[in-house]
Amino acid sequence: MSINPKTLPRPTPETRHFWEGVRRGELLLQQCEGCTHVYFPPRPFCPGCASREIRVIRASGRATLYSYVINHRLPKWIDAPYAIAVVELEEGPRMMTNIVDTPQTPEALVLDMPLEVVFEPVTADISLPKFRPARGGVR
Amino acid sequence: MTPGSVAIVGAAESSQLGLAPQVSQIQLHADAALNALADCGLGPGDIDGLACAAEWPTEIAHYLGITPTWVDGTMVGGCSFMLHVRHAAAAIAAGLCSTVLITHGESGRSWVGTQAMQINQASLAGQFELPYGVLGAPTMFTIPALRYMKEYGLSHEQLANVAVVQREWAAQNPRATHREPITVEDVLNSRIIAWPFHVLECCLVTDGGGALVLTSAERAQDFPARPVYVLGTGESVETPMISQMADFTSSRAFRVSGARAFAEAGISHADVDHLMLYDAFAHLPIYGLEDLGFVARGEAGAFIWERHTAPGGKLPVNTNGGGLSYMHSGMYGMYALQESVRQLRGTAPAQVPGAEISVCHGVGGMFGASGTVILANQRS
Repeated sequence: MSINPKTLPRPTPETRHFWEGVRRGELLLQQCEGCTHVYFPPRPFCPGCASREIRVIRASGRATLYSYVINHRLPKWIDAPYAIAVVELEEGPRMMTNIVDTPQTPEALVLDMPLEVVFEPVTADISLPKFRPARGGVR
Repeated sequence: MTPGSVAIVGAAESSQLGLAPQVSQIQLHADAALNALADCGLGPGDIDGLACAAEWPTEIAHYLGITPTWVDGTMVGGCSFMLHVRHAAAAIAAGLCSTVLITHGESGRSWVGTQAMQINQASLAGQFELPYGVLGAPTMFTIPALRYMKEYGLSHEQLANVAVVQREWAAQNPRATHREPITVEDVLNSRIIAWPFHVLECCLVTDGGGALVLTSAERAQDFPARPVYVLGTGESVETPMISQMADFTSSRAFRVSGARAFAEAGISHADVDHLMLYDAFAHLPIYGLEDLGFVARGEAGAFIWERHTAPGGKLPVNTNGGGLSYMHSGMYGMYALQESVRQLRGTAPAQVPGAEISVCHGVGGMFGASGTVILANQRS
């Protein structure tokens, strides 16, 4: 799916590690050293208990399909309906993404189906984490 | 705030509603404000409190010639006006001002005198949602619905039926944008916008405005129209990112705001004669009925199917036709408040006989914010 350059993510000091991770092929989350809460999107403190003692962890890349829509009102740079999905990561947090390598239809996209992360290069600096039906190959 | 201590004494919508390409956005504010001031026989010089969204209070104060001692520019999306009512009631009760004007105007369809919101690619939503092809509310607000459908067995027909029932109400309203009857089949055969949502399950895009005037209950009898008292209010926010909504089958902001309003009003659900549930999309009245406690979780689709919210039903909902059929300029909450006021004055086109208590519930952003206002035509 092609992307409008005006909708590319612009990393901030607090999120840069995430985008650098994606570029390397790693999906990074954060975990509180105190309460062990695993969270996303990135911030340098725990949204559960406000502790600043947090660490970056690498997600397994395994997820399930939590919910989605299939957008039919297409922008001019996209030529076919596509799903905008929210997946639930094995570690707990949810994130928005697209589901790739599968038809963008209700029949192919079944809630709770197992997924795995893939990393889609967009520019030299930015890759996006996307998900495909699980093949069992993700670390 | 003591329940019933503040009242709405002036209320009006803009002279034109729906398509108004000859009026700019700020003039829609002013036109609605002048109509509301005429409704209660006041002038700009009588107003000492001002609240608005979509324009800065500074713009509106200057444009209308108001010198306020209290302003509120709270902007949390379409329910901002419910929050304005709440804040105004508190301000009047605290003596910060005596007479508050709340204005709204939006050139949502014609885009006269306004511009599209800037995209912030560095915000959390900009970084973690925007790159995946989201294109405004129809592609985001709708995302939780499939999860709800799986968890509670809500059918596509039940979702479509929300729009069908609201069209029945709109048919009675001369100002409604769409009045011709529709069937569940019509909805399911209409153009897909973001599956599972069809165009008839998505709100209209229109121009319009509305305004309210509030003052203390002691003064409320001095005005021409029947006063509408503020019994209880609530507000909350959850997240600017639909993907981070904690429970895709229930809005935390709805639950917090609704519970607060009911507790303050000191009423039970059985006391409610009329209900407005902000309906940007067809699933919203379902979440609203459940999160405000009118029905148990998972039961709202069947409740609407059984015609309890339809004309003649025990709980009339969205009697103006709602955002799906009446109008929706982008931030709809003001129009829901206007309909609650009309019902309690006894002047609504689809009047609920003997309506005494109305609950008016709004959403802001995409399940991001919420405001609830409980109104009555008797002080207690």
